[in-house]
Amino acid sequence: MSPVLAGVLQFLALLAALALAYRPLGDYMARVYCSSRHLWVEKWIYRAVGADPSAEMRWPAYLRGVLAFSLAGVLFLYLLQRVQGVLPGSPGFAPIDPDQAFNTAASFVTNTNWQSYAGEQAMGRLVQTCGLAVQNFVSAAVGMAVAVALVRGFAARPGTRGCARTGEAPSHTGPLGNFWADLVRGVVRILIPLSVLGALVLVACGALQNFSGLHEVGQFGGGVQQWHGGAVASQEAIKELGTNGGGYYNANSAHPYENPNGLSNLFEIFLILLIPFALTRTFGRMTGSVRQGYAILAAMATIWTVFTALMMWTEFAHHGPAFEAAGGATEGKETRFGIAGSAIFSVATTLTSTGAVNSFHSSYTGLGGGLDLLGMQLGEVAPGGVGSGLYGMLVMAIVAVFLAGLMVGRTPEYLGKKIGTRQIKFAACYFLITPALVLGFTAAAVALPTPGGSTLNPGPHGFSEILYAYTSGANNNGSAFGGLSADTEWFNTTLGIAMMLGRFLPMVFVLALAGSLAGQGPVPQTAGTLRTHKPLFTGLLVGTVMIVTGLTYFPALALGPLAEGLAS
Amino acid sequence: MSTPTVTPPRTETGASHSDAPAGHRPGGGTGRIGGGLFDPRQLLTSFPDAVRKLDPRVMAKSPVMFVVEIGSVLTTVLAVLNPGDWFGWAIAAWLWLTTLFANLAEAVAEGRGKAQAATLRRTRTDTVARRITGPDEERIAGTELRVGDLVVCEAGDVVPGDGDVVDGVASVDESAITGESAPVIRESGGDRSAVTGGTKVLSDRIVVRITAEPGATFIDRMISLVEGAARQRTPNEIALNILLASLTVVFLLAVVTLQPFATYAGAPQSMVVLVALLVCLIPTTIGALLSAIGIAGMDRLVQRNVLAVSGRAVEAAGDVSTLLLDKTGTITLGNRQAVEFLPVRGVAENELADAAQLSSLADETPEGRSVVVLAKERYGLRERHQGELTHAEWVAFTAQTRMSGVDTTDGHKVRKGATGSVAAWVHERGGSVCEDVRTLTDRISAAGGTPLLVAEENRGTARVLGVIHLKDVVKEGMRERFEELRRMGIRTVMITGDNPLTAKAIADEAGVDDFLAEATPEDKMALIRREQADGTLVAMTGDGTNDAPALAQADVGVAMNTGTSAAKEAGNMVDLDSDPTKLIEIVGIGKQLLITRGALTTFSIANDVAKYFAIIPAMFAVAHPGLDKLNIMDLHSPQSAILAAVIFNALVIVALVPLALRGVRYRPMSADRMLRRNLGLYGLGGLIAPFLGIKAIDLLLSLIPGNG
Repeated sequence: MSPVLAGVLQFLALLAALALAYRPLGDYMARVYCSSRHLWVEKWIYRAVGADPSAEMRWPAYLRGVLAFSLAGVLFLYLLQRVQGVLPGSPGFAPIDPDQAFNTAASFVTNTNWQSYAGEQAMGRLVQTCGLAVQNFVSAAVGMAVAVALVRGFAARPGTRGCARTGEAPSHTGPLGNFWADLVRGVVRILIPLSVLGALVLVACGALQNFSGLHEVGQFGGGVQQWHGGAVASQEAIKELGTNGGGYYNANSAHPYENPNGLSNLFEIFLILLIPFALTRTFGRMTGSVRQGYAILAAMATIWTVFTALMMWTEFAHHGPAFEAAGGATEGKETRFGIAGSAIFSVATTLTSTGAVNSFHSSYTGLGGGLDLLGMQLGEVAPGGVGSGLYGMLVMAIVAVFLAGLMVGRTPEYLGKKIGTRQIKFAACYFLITPALVLGFTAAAVALPTPGGSTLNPGPHGFSEILYAYTSGANNNGSAFGGLSADTEWFNTTLGIAMMLGRFLPMVFVLALAGSLAGQGPVPQTAGTLRTHKPLFTGLLVGTVMIVTGLTYFPALALGPLAEGLAS
Repeated sequence: MSTPTVTPPRTETGASHSDAPAGHRPGGGTGRIGGGLFDPRQLLTSFPDAVRKLDPRVMAKSPVMFVVEIGSVLTTVLAVLNPGDWFGWAIAAWLWLTTLFANLAEAVAEGRGKAQAATLRRTRTDTVARRITGPDEERIAGTELRVGDLVVCEAGDVVPGDGDVVDGVASVDESAITGESAPVIRESGGDRSAVTGGTKVLSDRIVVRITAEPGATFIDRMISLVEGAARQRTPNEIALNILLASLTVVFLLAVVTLQPFATYAGAPQSMVVLVALLVCLIPTTIGALLSAIGIAGMDRLVQRNVLAVSGRAVEAAGDVSTLLLDKTGTITLGNRQAVEFLPVRGVAENELADAAQLSSLADETPEGRSVVVLAKERYGLRERHQGELTHAEWVAFTAQTRMSGVDTTDGHKVRKGATGSVAAWVHERGGSVCEDVRTLTDRISAAGGTPLLVAEENRGTARVLGVIHLKDVVKEGMRERFEELRRMGIRTVMITGDNPLTAKAIADEAGVDDFLAEATPEDKMALIRREQADGTLVAMTGDGTNDAPALAQADVGVAMNTGTSAAKEAGNMVDLDSDPTKLIEIVGIGKQLLITRGALTTFSIANDVAKYFAIIPAMFAVAHPGLDKLNIMDLHSPQSAILAAVIFNALVIVALVPLALRGVRYRPMSADRMLRRNLGLYGLGGLIAPFLGIKAIDLLLSLIPGNG
């Protein structure tokens, strides 16, 4: 079987698995967020943190919850790293420098998982397990909570709020629901059970899960390597499932303890895409029209499929004697996964906010690296991070609806909510933030003398290294292009800021948007209403994503990956 | 064909609305909204205004074009500093032209309104008012009148201000505001009492109570509306402006950060090139035309003799999903007509027709006339005149007797009239009304018609001959129009004072979606509130004072110009032609306004793709030769490529001015079809057109000697 055919079959298998899980998982998540019952363990948590899970929250309150919780997370994680040397459980690990500790704290709380350290050398088991792994769960749950709040804004109807399901009492009395309830449920009922299942599968595939200290491994060229063991498979499961991406080891998912073989590789890609895609079903369920969810799903799936196809094409069909001899661009890719397994993984990880890598993105062809960059620059909406992908796509849908609505001669409306000045204002602020951060910081980095020295390569590739770093940070992806020595004060600090602003400013506008939508009574549908569940609208949505966000980066991409990719 | 627009329209010629496009087609037609023709000479005449608008304080209102103006200044300064650089001068010149073209579009749109305003102003000459003070009257200037003053107007006087007739009846020439030369009757009381300042009394004498302060009269409002002085930005326009401004910021970011990137790549760019790139990327096309589109939308209404109090109302009209239409005059012709004669058993149809005709000769009401017409058309009965029958005693129709007829000297009497009256007449004369009659009248009532009885008394015996079926005749083409509205997602509700049975029959025949029978003003109000509670926007027309609350409550309330001033105050539009069917066109105009904005925005954004392909390789192909592969248009030289993109960007504004003024073609169709059509035309068109345009301009530029 040719590697290309194998790649296509892998992709189809992935598609089938995602399709199978889509409905049950999406419906289950809708039930979780609409449920009026609290589990005993949840009640216990609410009591412990002193939160009232049934309290009404308008958007400022919801936002305060998000920000307070995240700020506490950053502080805790920062302190934990600074004092890890004196705490039990991490023998032999030194405290982390302030700038790197800030960077790492920001990175894990923002669901970015950019790592300017090498996991196995810098972070002890205590930090890995009690700090980073915990944030892997809760930062993902925060993203999902914000997305659910936006969905509730759309679904809000006078009388009942949030849940359009019939026969079920509305559980969320507040306009946007309750942040603490959403957060805890996301962790307890969705992320933990799924990651337990995921970890079991990964262990079955051969991933490491033990606390047995050092492993000695014989090297290919002779000699012995020593590796720390740890809760690798369990961290791997939530790393992919929560679109986190922070690896236990520096080599991330290219490391055989994290991702031992082709099957585990495919399963990890499945985990990455599972929740972001299924959330569109949850969205459809909660707004009372699963077809609206399908339209969003179709837009996401279209971009994802096209990117995967392009990536396969550019990696397999690259010209040059060495490439042709090897059957494609194999540099920096694990032979366990092959070109296809790596290409599918890298598209999935950059189109979501995961940032886990099973190959060296810097070694991709110029255009391949460009696809990884563009995938993130689109705002990670296809399907995007857990929660953040859905709300990012919904904001884009608002822009698309606005244009389309004007073109059919009505004040635009989406899911029965009028898209007026306020909504456009919030949407515009949303899509301004990330380009401002990415382009602004990249420009500063290349204009200043010191940061430019961190690049490994000169010319367009070196430029791509810096552009990639800020793209990855501001979009909360966390993957690294490689080559860039990012553990400097400049990069640790600026990337930390980019990650924080790139995560929480958009959330401010999403929640404000949700609030403004929740306060609106619905507009009845007529034949004059634009139907937003049709392929035509899906096409328009894809076009809006490509043009509104993609065009912004065109000049930068031209000087980086395009200049490199088109040179040969 | 519309009225010429540079020369003051309609009021001068009086020809006016009758040839305004689609203005007066009761029903029928495709419902297509046309617009005023665009005359290229307007570009020239509006040029001075366009230059005046270069004032930065004016430009700042449009963020997109303000950025272009700053770019123009910047490139001009650079060109002055470096006078030998022809490229810098060329870019600066074309950027100024871009700014100017945008102003020109707005100036042309405003110019049309100004011409109309000038005509209106002429009618607002200083009038002399004859104010009643106690038993006397004094002559004062019209501008000194205050609300509540009573003034006298006699034949030949110009009404000094807006008001209501409180005494008398007069014929008034309102051509100054309506363009209609035929005089109208204005009388005290009722729904025909409002007079407008500036109109002329042709006969008789009326006393008017002034209802508007000087400077706030109807004509004043009209002037400020058509001039655009009172124009406020509409909600959708504001939202679109925000979107455009944020796109401008995004591209500003992209261009500002490009210089460090370019320097890093070893290919720093000149300021001129960066400004050119920025201007090409920001949505200048829509930014330049946005305000012209809004002004032209209002203008299209004015051309149809509709005055909107605000642009907001026009936009709301596009969103309307329920139309309340009065039955009489809108859906039906307004008066009932005889459609058949139904004789009782034992009477020949011809005999009945003959009696019906005879008895209706003395009935001058439209209903009576229609009986005569039916007899003539269906039964070939020649119309007789009252003088033909000698010694006949004619009984004219009155509202009291509700009968008409004739008594001939030979003792033969015929009567025609309301069922109850004629039945009583027969009973009085010892006759009886047979069961047959009841069957027939019930049948007519069930069908929504009105039965009239025809009876005769001959040699002492009275009997009913038969029944005339009077029917409300639905205007031609209404069914198709409602069908169209339904496709656009608009529900029509017929409002009538008729009983539910009659209402239902007419509603079915006309094809409206719903009806409100035996409607009182309170019922109307309740209906509007109910619809609005569901989130629906409601439009209605009305003319009477009792319509005023409902007009105010409706999202779009179109008052008839013939109506009371209370109604005109309450509504947010006034139809000078007093044509209730125009509501349907107003909806079309509202939609067209939004579609034009959306279409040009999409076009503008889609243009960027081609511009990138022109400019990026031109900027960087030297530093990174691989990027020359992006030069898919195979443009001549870097400079010609950039210049071509800038020129295209400027020219496309001029090319789209007519479209902005006329509005994009609009036909009633479902939202999905409309989106597919407009996305294909303006989305795909916007992608492809600049590739062709830039290539063509580049070819021309390459012919200039010394270039590249």
